[in-house]
Amino acid sequence: MYPASFAYHRATSVSHALELLATYGDDAKVLAGGHSLLPVMKLRFAAPAHLIDLGRVPGMSGITESGGVVTIGAMARHADVASSAVVRAKAPLLAEVAGHIGDPMIRNMGTIGGSLAHADPAADLPAAMLALGASVVLQGKGGSRTVGADQFFVDTFQTALGAGELLVAVQVPVSSAACAYAKHPDPASGYAIAGVAIQLGASGGRVALTGLAPRPMRLAAVEAALAAGAGAAAADRAADGVEFIEDARGSAAYKANLARVFTQRALTAALARK
Amino acid sequence: MTQITITVNGKAETRDVEPRTLLVHFLREELRLTGTHVGCDTSQCGACTVHLDGRAVKSCTVLAVQADGGAVTTIEGMARGEVMHPLQAAFKEEHGLQCGFCTPGMIMSAADLLARTPQPTEAEIRGALEGNLCRCTGYQNIVRAVQTAARTMAKA
Ligand code: FES
Ligand code: FES
Repeated sequence: MYPASFAYHRATSVSHALELLATYGDDAKVLAGGHSLLPVMKLRFAAPAHLIDLGRVPGMSGITESGGVVTIGAMARHADVASSAVVRAKAPLLAEVAGHIGDPMIRNMGTIGGSLAHADPAADLPAAMLALGASVVLQGKGGSRTVGADQFFVDTFQTALGAGELLVAVQVPVSSAACAYAKHPDPASGYAIAGVAIQLGASGGRVALTGLAPRPMRLAAVEAALAAGAGAAAADRAADGVEFIEDARGSAAYKANLARVFTQRALTAALARK
Repeated sequence: MTQITITVNGKAETRDVEPRTLLVHFLREELRLTGTHVGCDTSQCGACTVHLDGRAVKSCTVLAVQADGGAVTTIEGMARGEVMHPLQAAFKEEHGLQCGFCTPGMIMSAADLLARTPQPTEAEIRGALEGNLCRCTGYQNIVRAVQTAARTMAKA
């Protein structure tokens, strides 16, 4: 399978990429590692006329920590995020989730920024971003803005990324709190049929779901129960207030049950690490 | 057309390609290196696995232009003349293949693992091969072959 023809542009810097984006607008797609974009281009679900490749932009894949924030360049590969000493020590949930993405070869090419900008509702990373209270840095021609994960994921394949903006980095608050990710992978694609990420706090914690709903989301009822001291029993509330839609992957009742089961698994694992 | 140069199995290859050319097609059709297979074409089976700058990747999901300036190793680059790579020898010895379609990808993934983790546990081997599907062997002998190769390579 070949993608449809496109004009290829190799960006040499972030500002060059932004210029190219401004020139080609909606006819352009940004290429990071290509592991979300190329599969949909091969299936001709996407046929951008212009591809702007960030692969040669220097300085976009660093991982650093300062002032209580871990900053990860958008072009950092999942394998590098999963194995980074900084991420493992300062944001262990992100390392754990990155290590669950796809398979080793996919993690060697796929990037954190590419996956987040694509916003597949079954991707693993959004659950981690929400549970961590992480943010993305969006760079436009006029400057940059930081958007929290709670605002970033708008809907299926839709984010707060504006036209002409580039996702350049991810920022994660340093945390050593107990955390866990529980995932039921699709056996063919490796995407999450259900994935629940949990980061416990001093009291309560953040709980986020991916895969089962049209977009990744925090599980407010579980978080409220945790804050009220429900412990592992908080998992019973995982389907409360969430609208599950019946599709090829199962009925609404099946999905609600998966949400409870995987919340329970993640919660049990996180509590055991406390 | 875009001109690219990729060092494949140690030899610099310069070609004009359409930007939409996938690395696997560049290898198979342009360079006639047909040891790298296309199984699923949807990033799942791993039959197309090659090393790009020292990491195992699925060449059906990489554009040739992305690999421009890089170094690629394919299954054809593993043997030393007539002498098989220890992984190739071990797959033969342990019956790690039946039809052989998945084998080039299995070997390239396993080689990436052994380069990083020379003495892997069984769980590490199975984890490293998660993205490689085999229709024939049931994986037992594939895992055994990687263990055998790890032992051979430790002695060498
Ligand atoms: S052909 Fe590339 S993963 Fe199957
Ligand atoms: S040996 Fe036939 S697919 Fe693996």
